Amino acid sequence: MTAAVFFGCAFIAFGPAFSLFIFTIAKDPLRVIILIAGAFFWLVSLLLSSLVWFIATKATNAQDLTLQKNLLIFGSIFSVILQEVFRFAYYRLLRKANEGLAAISEEDGPPLSVREMAYVAGLGFGIMSGAFSMINTLSDSLGPGTVGMFGDSQYYFITSALMTLALTMLHTFWGVVFFEGCERKRWWVIAVVLCVHLMVFSLSLLNPFYVASILPVYAIMLLMAVWAFFSSGGSLHNITLLWTCKTRLKPI
Amino acid sequence: EAAYGQEMNIQFSDVSCNSVAQKIYVELNNTVPCVRLLNATHQIGCQSSISGDTGVIHVLESEADLEWPLSKGPNPPYMVLLESSLFTKSIMMKMKNASSRVAGVVVVQKTSPPEFSPHTTCPNENTGVYTETYDHNLAHCNTTVWNPRGNGLSYEEFDSPVFSLKEDNETEVIKQCYFDHNRVVNGSGLQYPLCAMQLFSHMHAVTDTATCMRRSSMDFSTSPVMVCDPLGGYNVCAFIRPYNSTAFGHKENESVVIAAARLDSRAFFLEDSTGAEGSVSGFVTLLAAAQALREATQEAPPTRNILFAFFHGEVFDYIGSSRMVYDMKNNMFVIDLDNVHSILEIGQVAVRSGTNLFLHSDPVSRRNNTVHDEVGVKCFYLWHASLTDFSQPLPPSSFQRLLRARAIPGIVLADHQTDINNRYYESFYDNAAHLNLTYPSNLSPEEQLEFVTDTAKSLTEVATAVARALFKQAGGNNSQVNKINADPKTVTQMLYGFLVRSNNSWFQAVMAPELKDILQPNPPQYYVGVAKSSHQANALTYLVQYLLANLTGTATNLTQSQCKKPDELPNESTYLYSYLWVQGVVPPNSTQRESFCVRTAVRLVKAVSPAFDLGDYISKEYSTWTKSQWKFIKARIFLVASRDLEMLTLGVGVAVLFTSLLVTYFVRTKADVLFSSVREPNNAAY
Repeated sequence: MTAAVFFGCAFIAFGPAFSLFIFTIAKDPLRVIILIAGAFFWLVSLLLSSLVWFIATKATNAQDLTLQKNLLIFGSIFSVILQEVFRFAYYRLLRKANEGLAAISEEDGPPLSVREMAYVAGLGFGIMSGAFSMINTLSDSLGPGTVGMFGDSQYYFITSALMTLALTMLHTFWGVVFFEGCERKRWWVIAVVLCVHLMVFSLSLLNPFYVASILPVYAIMLLMAVWAFFSSGGSLHNITLLWTCKTRLKPI
Repeated sequence: EAAYGQEMNIQFSDVSCNSVAQKIYVELNNTVPCVRLLNATHQIGCQSSISGDTGVIHVLESEADLEWPLSKGPNPPYMVLLESSLFTKSIMMKMKNASSRVAGVVVVQKTSPPEFSPHTTCPNENTGVYTETYDHNLAHCNTTVWNPRGNGLSYEEFDSPVFSLKEDNETEVIKQCYFDHNRVVNGSGLQYPLCAMQLFSHMHAVTDTATCMRRSSMDFSTSPVMVCDPLGGYNVCAFIRPYNSTAFGHKENESVVIAAARLDSRAFFLEDSTGAEGSVSGFVTLLAAAQALREATQEAPPTRNILFAFFHGEVFDYIGSSRMVYDMKNNMFVIDLDNVHSILEIGQVAVRSGTNLFLHSDPVSRRNNTVHDEVGVKCFYLWHASLTDFSQPLPPSSFQRLLRARAIPGIVLADHQTDINNRYYESFYDNAAHLNLTYPSNLSPEEQLEFVTDTAKSLTEVATAVARALFKQAGGNNSQVNKINADPKTVTQMLYGFLVRSNNSWFQAVMAPELKDILQPNPPQYYVGVAKSSHQANALTYLVQYLLANLTGTATNLTQSQCKKPDELPNESTYLYSYLWVQGVVPPNSTQRESFCVRTAVRLVKAVSPAFDLGDYISKEYSTWTKSQWKFIKARIFLVASRDLEMLTLGVGVAVLFTSLLVTYFVRTKADVLFSSVREPNNAAY
């Protein structure tokens, strides 16, 4: 659909992730490493789950469409579960690494707090997930044609980009909440994150009824944003403090 | 992950490859493009831009409807879809002049118009014999315009791609897409998304042959990259008494009568060349005459030899015949011009009014008495054909090239007295229907092959007359003449094979086993094609070669390995003959073909314009036609979105990016205020 749509969708899908990367991650090499390792963990989880799905499809009749559709749903659910498992595995790895880094560091104590690692790991998961969802669609958006020949909606590209944006931010928030829950030994947090992830996946099955899928997903994203804000040390008091700080600085 | 599920859920028809591109584009596979040809001075044909040309589809309903794409339509550029009845010069020229609004043209082949010839009015006017120096009055068709219906469309240059489609499923998809999305409702504006088409036919060569040949040789790597290829092929030649094929030049005391016909044809879309009246009528008659002469010349060989010459590439400034004359002049052919006694050429002979046949001769050379007498003698032999007006020049024919070299007596046989009878000269409509080749509807393909049509009977008469005239011209015994008769069954089988379906039992039987794949359920293609460096000819050349071998050669009982190396046997010689292993018929009670070895005097002689051997790419003497090369040619249809939606997407994207940059910067600077939790004292920045 030409360059305008390509850049528009690319900015929508990856704009926030890009700005987060530039302002909060790029300057610190340790954060960059954790980000990329997080992305790698997500990729491995996707690889394993798709291997399972692939074997399942090859072992069954390819012509039976309902069976294939059900296999796909099963495969996706398995993938969601596996992603959360890998997130937990990454948490354990980072905890161990943190102790080691604290031992060799010149400063007193670990260089990164668990909260920071949570945020960076979540962002890593989010960026990789977004890239996987969107890159293929983006490359096809560069041509002169748009979706719709076979009855699909012509808003396909925009909605894909919006879903990718939501998913990236959701992964970031889930990372923060998840690590905090593991840190405080609140295991119910893990279950809730898993359930929310499954809920988002099942909402995406409602496509192409975009109103029914995108709006709820954004609502969930806002709720998760609020939860992540509170669980990473924010509070309403801090927000009011922000306002008064601003007003206090002004008279000078 | 959710989007991964989303993508896979929407497209469920094929689990194998769920690409977004499959939701967008529909590729069109059965298209025939118009390509670029170049000669010494011009480039003709069509060209698209390097990344394809896209346009909103508009189905043209009449010439008045042309206003919509040219001026009124609100969403230029348009891709105009025409039916073949609207494919006229005036419409094409109007669209050529409005190339900013017309991205390309697609022609759908449907009913044939009453007459249409995209060729020029005076074919091959600069390379025939009638130049200013030869005879001022006869040059440039001053006295007789041979193709008055010609509109010259094939020789125009178009900046936009022009493609041709058959009326089949793909065209239905295009029309459906147009009716669903592009039709104007009550004169109001069109609703996006609109149905559009993109055509890719980017040609590498530009300007003229000299430029593209220079660019081809500029590459200094070991494998040179050609930008254009010279047109050419092979002529099919057979002597009644063959000569040693390695001994070139003049043959003492040998006098040869040449019987010539043309093989090739063209159309606006080169790959769709039919050529029923233009070339098939001529060479099928000559093949039948060759068969008729076979017995008589074997029993009582005439004094003079007869050469059956089928020239290829004649449409493009006489490639085949100019090559043969060049070879004869330079001692590169088994005979030379001094050996040629006279020539009888068969032109277009199938569209006769009644039983009329006409003999055309060249008035300028007949001013010489010996030539005049010889021509008179020839005409006497073809006594039931009438001679045309003495002052009329020859129609476009290979004989003109021989005349350019030497004043040889000769005649061109045709069904027209002045201008040609062919309403579809060098166009796609010159096909079996034009010759009224109709078969009763209840016949199977094999029965149709055997059915003798009226056209076949008419051509058989011509073939008989030609064979007898050739026999007498070659000095044969008069008493044998009445035994020479062409076979109507052979003629009708050849017409079926060349105009309806080449994959039939007879053609299968005469072809070699390794070539049987060139036989298709359609007629063969008559465009001469590019001259290949390997010894490969196109389907038409092989068909004529093997047919002529079957009709004039002898079956031997050599085995297949002996057929490959016959020189080891005492009575066989590859200097005089060529030995071809052919498939043979399938006997009724078995499945194995009875293949055998044919000994024949038929040879393929290279037919590439001498201009390329001489390196003279601006030659006025010889044909300089080349065809451009290209990387790929394809066509596809899809929907396009409105500009507003695209800009909206871009705007939203930029807004999201800037907002997120601002918010992130703000949150970062105030992070210590916002996220005030228990923190290690050394960790300063968040």
